[in-house]
Amino acid sequence: MVSKASSEPSPAARVSSFVLLAIFVMLVVAIMALFLSYGAYVSGNYDVAAALIIIGFIGVAASSYVLFQTRQRLIRLRIETPPITTTIECRKCGFKTVREFQRGDYIFKEVDVCQKCNEKMLITAIYREVREKGRKPFPF
Amino acid sequence: MNIALMFTVLYSQLFDFPGWDIFSQVLMYAIYIFIFISLFYGQRLQFHIWLKEVEGSLYKLKYIRDEGRRIAIEAIREIGKPQTDPTPRVDRFLEYFTITPQSLDPAGIVWKLEHILDVRDARFKDEVKLLAPSADETQVNNLENTLEAAMALNYIYKVIRHYFLLGKKTLSLYIIMQIQMILPLVMREAEAYASALKAFAYGQPIGDGVGALVAAKLMHGYPVRKVPKDCVVATVPIEGRTAYVIKAEGPGGNVGKPGDAIKTIIEENEGKIATIIMIDAALKLEGEEVGEVAEGVGAAIGGPGVDQFKIEETILKYRIPINAVIIKEDIGDAVSPMRREIFEAADKAIERIKQLILEKTKEGDKIIICGVGNTIGIAQ
Ligand SMILES: [Zn+2]
Repeated sequence: MVSKASSEPSPAARVSSFVLLAIFVMLVVAIMALFLSYGAYVSGNYDVAAALIIIGFIGVAASSYVLFQTRQRLIRLRIETPPITTTIECRKCGFKTVREFQRGDYIFKEVDVCQKCNEKMLITAIYREVREKGRKPFPF
Repeated sequence: MNIALMFTVLYSQLFDFPGWDIFSQVLMYAIYIFIFISLFYGQRLQFHIWLKEVEGSLYKLKYIRDEGRRIAIEAIREIGKPQTDPTPRVDRFLEYFTITPQSLDPAGIVWKLEHILDVRDARFKDEVKLLAPSADETQVNNLENTLEAAMALNYIYKVIRHYFLLGKKTLSLYIIMQIQMILPLVMREAEAYASALKAFAYGQPIGDGVGALVAAKLMHGYPVRKVPKDCVVATVPIEGRTAYVIKAEGPGGNVGKPGDAIKTIIEENEGKIATIIMIDAALKLEGEEVGEVAEGVGAAIGGPGVDQFKIEETILKYRIPINAVIIKEDIGDAVSPMRREIFEAADKAIERIKQLILEKTKEGDKIIICGVGNTIGIAQ
């Protein structure tokens, strides 16, 4: 069997982990700004508080946005293997089994004998099932 | 009066919070600077944003290409059991190119193109046999398809990289703009090739093979014989007519030459064919359902156009009507493992074919039914 994933990280993933670190630093700084702003507000330093609170919010918003973006990119970067099923049918008695695709399977291949009538069984279908996730009905 | 007062109070409560003065001044300056920057450096900024976007996609393309190469090499190692490391040979294979014939004087170009494609095909087969000595015929075909997909990925990556580097070197917005605009389509194609590569390496039927699947379902259980080139034909009685059902020879990855096969059958019958029905997968428009079956006329066959040309030449000679049944799918579905909807559309297409036969032909007629497409993972 071909191994599903190589152990070493791809260059794209490595770059992303560096970016991830930068984003986390930014997030921490932004949260610190928010705390400082609260401190400034309590001690009556209103203009400093206002400036800090805006910096804090912008920082949090920007870093979480970028974080979300990179995460999405990372997810999409993998070449996904959808589950592919093979349907095996007995032509004589209609006995049917469904199993995962194995290398060497093809449509109309004769495979092992039927459990019920000792007749050769036939692969009649190989397909992948796609689940349309959250597709809203569209008026067009 | 009262409302105006309320408004003033509301305004002061909402916007006149302490420290507003300094902050609003800073904000004003920031806005001025922003306007200034976007006035004089807007295009430069845009350039860098697009450059970054292209660079991100380039990373992804590189990853997809490397992954494709790795899968191809692994498949060769596993199936072909070569004595030596296939990597350098595969790398050389990925750089192969084909020069299409000169079209200044287009008369007779189809035969030149066919010849070039034949040479290419033979060369690829020999190369794969050298790479994978212990692969059988089916596996050689599958490996060849796998390598071709890896080749396509390599080529896409290199072209995008070329324009990226060129744009970076010349600082030309317009080079980067062009590449950025077609990038979504290029990425879709690359992803399609990547999933195709996996399907080829495992020998799974792909969406493009639905035409071959329809033919296989019609001909299954009847004796088949080989016809040129790489095709099989079975004589199947359908609704009192004699149907010559043609498909590429499976289950290896193979499209055959349906043009030659149809020509052979027509000539064997001295042109006495009532109608030809071709079944193929066709690209759907966005918004159309996957697996929709549609009917029309004409030679439904893709590829470089050689086979379509030959079919049209032959049917013109004998004045044979030609019908087409297509099954709709998008580019991603066409080259990735066959979806359930497409698989089920094969039965719908068979119903359509039977209807067509009843409407367009008489009992005792001879007809040709040709399932077009890559028959990987589909026997007969
Ligand atoms: Zn049985």
